[in-house]
Amino acid sequence: MKLIFERGTEGQHLSLMPACEVPEVKLRQTREQPLPLPHISENELTRHYTELSMQVHGINNGFYPLGSCTMKYNPKINEDMASLPGFSAIHPLQPESTVQGCLEVLCRAEKYLCAITGMDAVTFQPAAGAHGEFTGMMLIKAYLRDRGDTARTKIIVPDSAHGTNPASAVMAGFTVINIRSCADGGVDLEALREAVGPDTAGLMLTNPNTLGIFDRNILEITRIVHEAGGLCYYDGANLNAVAGIVRPGDMGFDVVHLNLHKTFSTPHGGGGPGSGPVGCKAPLRCFLPGPAAAEKNGKYLLVMPEKSIGRVKSFNGNFLVVVKALTYILTLGRKGIPEASENAVLHANYMMSRLKGTYDIPYGPFCMHEFVMSLEELHRRTGVSALDIAKGMLDSGMHPPTMYFPSIVHEALLVEPTETESKETIDDAAELFLRLFNLAQTNPGLLHDAPVSTPVRRLDEVGAARNPVLRYEND
Amino acid sequence: MNIPEGLKYSKTHEWVKMLDAASCLVGITDFAQSELGDLVFINLPQTGDEAVMGETFCDVESVKAVSDVISPVTGTVSEVNEELLDSPQKLNEDAYGAWIAKIENITGTEELMDASAYEAFLQTEEA
Amino acid sequence: MGTYVPTTTAERKQMLDAIGVKSIGELYAGVPEGLHIGNNLDLPEGLSELEVRAAVTAAADKNKVFRTILRGAGAYNHFIPAAVRSITSREEFVTAYTPYQAEINQGILQSIFEFQTMICMLTGMDTANASVYDGASAAAESVTMCRERKRVKAYISACANPQVIQTVKTYCFGSDTELILVPEKDGKTDAVALASMLGEDAACFYLQQPNYYGQMEDASEIGEIVHAAGAKFVMGVNPIACAVMKTPFECGADIAVGEGQPLGLNLAYGGPYLGFMACVKPMMRRLPGRIVGQTADVCGARGYVLTLTAREQHIRREKASSNICSNQAHCAFTAGVYMAAMGEAGLKEAAGLCISKAHYLAGQMEKELGWKLKYGGEFFHEFVAECPCPDEVLQALEGNGILGGLPVEGGILWCVTEVVPKAELDRTIDIIREVVLP
Repeated sequence: MKLIFERGTEGQHLSLMPACEVPEVKLRQTREQPLPLPHISENELTRHYTELSMQVHGINNGFYPLGSCTMKYNPKINEDMASLPGFSAIHPLQPESTVQGCLEVLCRAEKYLCAITGMDAVTFQPAAGAHGEFTGMMLIKAYLRDRGDTARTKIIVPDSAHGTNPASAVMAGFTVINIRSCADGGVDLEALREAVGPDTAGLMLTNPNTLGIFDRNILEITRIVHEAGGLCYYDGANLNAVAGIVRPGDMGFDVVHLNLHKTFSTPHGGGGPGSGPVGCKAPLRCFLPGPAAAEKNGKYLLVMPEKSIGRVKSFNGNFLVVVKALTYILTLGRKGIPEASENAVLHANYMMSRLKGTYDIPYGPFCMHEFVMSLEELHRRTGVSALDIAKGMLDSGMHPPTMYFPSIVHEALLVEPTETESKETIDDAAELFLRLFNLAQTNPGLLHDAPVSTPVRRLDEVGAARNPVLRYEND
Repeated sequence: MNIPEGLKYSKTHEWVKMLDAASCLVGITDFAQSELGDLVFINLPQTGDEAVMGETFCDVESVKAVSDVISPVTGTVSEVNEELLDSPQKLNEDAYGAWIAKIENITGTEELMDASAYEAFLQTEEA
Repeated sequence: MGTYVPTTTAERKQMLDAIGVKSIGELYAGVPEGLHIGNNLDLPEGLSELEVRAAVTAAADKNKVFRTILRGAGAYNHFIPAAVRSITSREEFVTAYTPYQAEINQGILQSIFEFQTMICMLTGMDTANASVYDGASAAAESVTMCRERKRVKAYISACANPQVIQTVKTYCFGSDTELILVPEKDGKTDAVALASMLGEDAACFYLQQPNYYGQMEDASEIGEIVHAAGAKFVMGVNPIACAVMKTPFECGADIAVGEGQPLGLNLAYGGPYLGFMACVKPMMRRLPGRIVGQTADVCGARGYVLTLTAREQHIRREKASSNICSNQAHCAFTAGVYMAAMGEAGLKEAAGLCISKAHYLAGQMEKELGWKLKYGGEFFHEFVAECPCPDEVLQALEGNGILGGLPVEGGILWCVTEVVPKAELDRTIDIIREVVLP
């Protein structure tokens, strides 16, 4: 495919700007560096992006069983609502009386997310899950500082955690203690008891965990941490297994973050924008970022929490993403939210049952919304790795599951079908996995070479990192 | 597996070439580079840094991982091999030629093995 | 109840049979009994699409859509070409995910590579990342890029957008970095104060260009002061202004960041927006977040991959310099399409119209209303004009469908972009004249 800089001819342009009706004024000092943006006609411009769109694989194209990402269907009504001028044309600094609808969206979304999570307040400022984790860590830091508790500097994180967890803790100024998981995938209670102490600020946990297992000791886990004086943070990445069925607040968590682009169906856009709202129990609400939307005597307004940690971002967070999530919650409602979770768990267990006899599935007997397979044994016997199987799937036009995560499982493939896939799709996917398993025994070379039918073959990642070329240079 | 005589080896797969009683060159062994895979970058220490034996003093990156390089001695980093910034592949291609840092004013050394002891150690590791 | 679950009752039974259980409830056996909330989920009943549309539209209708917007202060009402709206709403780009499987996502990867290139072209810098959440968090991340062992203090101009200052402050609270405000003088950064404040422990100084009051700062001179102290020079720039002003690269910046919303993104009540980050070559590996690089496949064909990934949190975990995982991909994509559609000529025209129209309004305010500019320096498309009665003025404008400037200390911060016709600027003056000179 040509780069856009390789298209067009000098002198081509779109007809966009009118002539200047007022006296022309220029800056005294102007740029001397050239600005070699494309010279291109509108026709060629649209063709360029059409060509790019044909080499994109989204949920609209097919099954996307990426574990830990919850690639569910993105409802079109969400997009429609977010593009209403009454939302998209609103300046973030308009007077409160002119944005009552926006503030209502934020307040209602807060109310519904509190009901789902068992929290007392929610902020929508964080722009993504990791951003929410940082915010949540900062809430804990502010809470402890406010009580003069400066000795609590450590955050406990299980070894199965997503990399953003320890990174977020460190960004907030904590040090991280990693604790091992036990053979059944849950938190090792012994290790946890050894790790807590007077320097414990808190624990970060996702439940179900990154192996797709609901930790049955969850109440004991949060009790141990609370008794030691720490707080409990819930990484909401896996909420799709339990939304509307179990509340993190009831599990003993004090702070949670949600991923609206996972559990609440907002589209991923190629890697963003998402939204990572953070909820907390009452004792922490005064530290929330602000200003925040609130309701008083039937009117909506913006209020700064008294001991707010300040801002983690400008304005009010990824507002249009919240509109999409609110639309989704209103659509599903009281019965639809748990129905989605139940079917996510059903579909994952069904897919797992189809693959169990063939692939190595180290945790069970049931999973939640996702399950992990280990291809370590297959790799040992045939030389075919998780990467090879994944690339083999590409040749059949199917997006592979998440590879090599969580790192505590060797040659891992983490599979999350979600509730919006049909049985037929799941069956097709299962059949493909089984076919590839056989291919690994009979013709491993084919898989080492895969993919062969995609627009490009395997790419030299080593070369890309050793000699980074991060932009186009016009000669 | 290449294990030259005349060098000393640590349990964490670094090699040490003593230049005199109080200075040495440090690098990673052939075993280390083959375990790590294609290396794409090295975060070199800075001259003037204090290296402490048993502690990380720099790290190396492959495409999908980062690995700590542990200092086998306590001393001061007096020179670093800047060539490796542009050509990290030298760590893979010539592990014993691709020195990482020169450390001077050595005040402490870890327990290091000679070539045959390291070879035996590798065999127990692989078992 | 609305649902997106396609599985029929019969299919559910087949699945349960295959799994070997009688009900979905059995699959939740690992959940302690007392945690099931049963029927106690406090949400309204679900709705059909028809009803949802009505409910959400009702909320949208409670907001006032202004026909003319004369307010900026960090969010700008620029013209968005139809081609940009059309291209970016293609479902492929909306529903795509992070291009971890590069072979089937060359479209996304190439679009990011193009975006990175265009940001470099706009700012004049060597390297850019795939974007971060917004300009404010980009500013905060740039401070982390500059911190060294002995250089632990961050400095920021008091003339930067207050929300940027607040965000940087919050991030600094996290990393226990001292953040020091360099004072304002006559609407610009006090360069003399800056020189006296920077010491050997200064990591960086952040300057906004144009600044919060719309004023053009003496960026090159300030850059020299910052480098003389051995610190890094970070500029937060308006991307439309970059098309015509001296670039951050030309001013000696080590890092250029900014809010990319003006590049084709809706005002959207504040989000999603777009943080861009670019830097000089030596600092490349300090950039946080995703970066796309060019490479070749096994047959030698050109392709693109996410690269330099060993910087990031999923590999470095607690040793990562930033926790950022995602980028604002669709927003960055939109900005790329916008920059391609506008081209050099279009951006320069838009910038020129902004400057000219803003100066026209400022001139008319002085001539027709007797309102003086608060600051005498050169300005881009925003300016602070004194105002005897801001509330009444803004009220009157609001009643006429015009969002006036932002009330600030000493007056009102006005902004004029290329979309406002001269006739509307004249009408604004007329409306205000009725209020202040009856």
